Amino acid sequence: MSSYNAPVRDMQFVLKELAGLDEVAALPGCEEASEDLVDAILEEAGKFASGVLAPLNWTGDQEGAKWQDGAVSTAPGWKDAYQQFIEAGWTALAAEPEFGGQGLPKLVNTAVIEMWKSANMAFSLCPMLTNGAIEALLLRGSDELKAAYLPKMVSGEWTGTMNLTEPQAGSDLAAVRSRAEPQPDGSYKVFGQKIFITYGDHDLTDNIVHLVLARLPDAPEGVKGISLFVVPKFLLNDDGSPGSRNDVHCVSIEHKLGIHASPTCVLAFGDNGGAIGHMVGEPNRGLEYMFIMMNEARFAVGMEGVALAERAYQQAVEYARDRVQGTELGVRGGGKVSIIHHPDVRRMLLSMKSQTEAMRALAYVVAAANDKAHRHPDEAARAASQAFVDLLIPVVKGWSTENSIEIASTGVQVHGGMGFIEETGAAQHLRDARITTIYEGTTAIQANDLIGRKIARDGGTTVRALIGEMRDAAGALARGDESLKAIGKALADGVNAVETAVGYIVENYGSELKAVHVGAVPFLKLLGIVAGGWQMARAARIASQRLAAGEGDAGFYRAKVVTARFYADHVLPQAAALAHTVTAGSSAALALDEAQF
Amino acid sequence: MKILVPVKRVVDYNVKVRVKADGTGVDVANVKMSMNPFDEIAVEEAVRLREAGVASEVIAVSCGVQACQETIRTALAIGADRGILVNTDVELQPLAVAKLLKSLCDKEGPGLVLLGKQAIDDDAGQTGQMLAAMMNWAQATYASKVAVSGEKANVTREIDGGLETIEIKLPAVVTTDLRLNEPRYATLPNIMKAKKKPLETVTPADLGVDVAPRLQTLKVAEPPKRSAGVMVADVAQLVDKLKNEAKVI
Repeated sequence: MSSYNAPVRDMQFVLKELAGLDEVAALPGCEEASEDLVDAILEEAGKFASGVLAPLNWTGDQEGAKWQDGAVSTAPGWKDAYQQFIEAGWTALAAEPEFGGQGLPKLVNTAVIEMWKSANMAFSLCPMLTNGAIEALLLRGSDELKAAYLPKMVSGEWTGTMNLTEPQAGSDLAAVRSRAEPQPDGSYKVFGQKIFITYGDHDLTDNIVHLVLARLPDAPEGVKGISLFVVPKFLLNDDGSPGSRNDVHCVSIEHKLGIHASPTCVLAFGDNGGAIGHMVGEPNRGLEYMFIMMNEARFAVGMEGVALAERAYQQAVEYARDRVQGTELGVRGGGKVSIIHHPDVRRMLLSMKSQTEAMRALAYVVAAANDKAHRHPDEAARAASQAFVDLLIPVVKGWSTENSIEIASTGVQVHGGMGFIEETGAAQHLRDARITTIYEGTTAIQANDLIGRKIARDGGTTVRALIGEMRDAAGALARGDESLKAIGKALADGVNAVETAVGYIVENYGSELKAVHVGAVPFLKLLGIVAGGWQMARAARIASQRLAAGEGDAGFYRAKVVTARFYADHVLPQAAALAHTVTAGSSAALALDEAQF
Repeated sequence: MKILVPVKRVVDYNVKVRVKADGTGVDVANVKMSMNPFDEIAVEEAVRLREAGVASEVIAVSCGVQACQETIRTALAIGADRGILVNTDVELQPLAVAKLLKSLCDKEGPGLVLLGKQAIDDDAGQTGQMLAAMMNWAQATYASKVAVSGEKANVTREIDGGLETIEIKLPAVVTTDLRLNEPRYATLPNIMKAKKKPLETVTPADLGVDVAPRLQTLKVAEPPKRSAGVMVADVAQLVDKLKNEAKVI
């Protein structure tokens, strides 16, 4: 099947020239992240991704994870690949040194997880969920729980899961019904059924550490009555090794549209007397803890959008270079040419490439801000970075994933009829991408979070600071050549569209709540398109400066300017249309009676 | 026993190389470079010998421009213990490299020099043999298996007719073939440690070696483009063309 080559050159450009790796490396605790180390990490991670993970992507999709007699076996090759993955130490990259991690910045980790996700998204979910569980324990776990679980989870010896969803509690977690009964020894017995548990059971490791949301007997109704528990698959012996089997069982796995090799489990807790668990943090604050981690998880899913778009693009380019069909337009008597010569194929490929690069740039810039929000010595700088991160995480999640579906679909289109044939492999990326706009909060949930908590709540202060910054970037291009000017103009128009939409949202959020929410997803896309355009404009400016100075790889920089120009002419103009929908699109959407649908 | 592993920085094997417009060589500006794959096999073998307790130290050496440091760091990330860069901007030919390595062998006294049978850029396949001759050491080329015991090594060589196993006396030069091993993926802790391992830089002058090229490149050209094929009417015509036009049967 299709191969994957990590786009190391573009990653290096974004890390060093757009996201400010040097500034991140100057933060306390990030000193290790020098340019040469990061280059070496990208190089070696790229080899691992192409050599070990990518070849299993297609077979994993075809074979899938299997459930039999209460246990899951992973797809062929998974066990060996996972073993190699943890032996190479990749799970520990950004984890705390105290528990065996390397403590590298999130920015560096972001590039590396993009590789895992591009190479094999279904595989990448296992370490991703473990990481979520590590964060939760790190944040609120007692010292005993941390000591018992974290070193093994950081090393990847054990994996972790997040047990939130129940049949009646999907996006609305207030409806969680699983319960936890306190025991005399301070532990709890957990009862209930959880669904959609990613890697809830598997044969990769000796133990699985489940984090479970459940209610205490005296808990208040709704979101304020949910606590968080750690429930291992195997209870720990006194020496910390896995001992007797806990009362949590995988009763089935789902048959899904995509990510077939990632087992999505139904877990039954307490069918045989109660699953033993320990509380994480304080009673009734479980959901609050989940939300602290939610940012990280949503960002990671946003990276899935970037990663799948990249993989779909690589496969489409390879096919377009290879597939000979028709003659070149306007050339008489010429021979047959590969389809990359046809204008519409070029348009499709550039729309994939330009949006993928814009998504990558925005995501890495947010990752760098996340490092600053955690580690900057100055409190005001930390707060400003955090506000920027909070504003843009729903955009990275919602916009990148929505785009990835479209980009993967364009990838199928480039293949023509062969794209519709599963054997080609282009369809897998589309199927795999389809979940990304759903889990960790649907696009609507991201968009509601964006316009409500992130924009209306502070009266638009944070987003207006961003508008100012984007406008400055557009202005900086006015002194450039014709191409830079055109990019600057398109960005300036896009920024105006964002400003108009933000004005409408801030003004009407209090009075026309439903109307504003009709425009939530269109606004999220609008902000994504323009913020992505902002990064492409910055990239074009830097690239032309390098070209003018005769520095570096001229071919790469020239392509960057062209790609930014394509984005300015083909993607940014959508901003004005979306602004119209945000400000004028609500009345019709809310006008029909339920019966008229 | 020390093992010296010379590693060469070459155009990455995935890159489609392009000849410079003036025909003076291959364009390497802004092209992805990496370690010669045969040398990577040599590093892997040396590290395995150290892990097995046969060797005490693995020294990676690269000769060339400053950027060869990256190639040495790659060897250190696989598991070599320290590196030596012989830094020069002069175009190095196999004889010059062999002389530089001889000087380092005299200094370091390795029991074994393990290197690729050839580099994938110029495919000269000479450095190991020249070094062995200058050191007056035994040599075993195209190795697909290396077993060291005491003062001797049994090396299985890939030759035209199959495999040949020879016994050589150490110190010796062994050049690696493709099937000797499959190099490991560097682990993250080792990548991070590699940055801190010692890397010494010397110059050809420090080693008393004149590296001036002895060979002159006259012209570098692309292979001729494949011309379009022709449809043959039947097998008889095919045989006729192979016999009389192509003259291959």
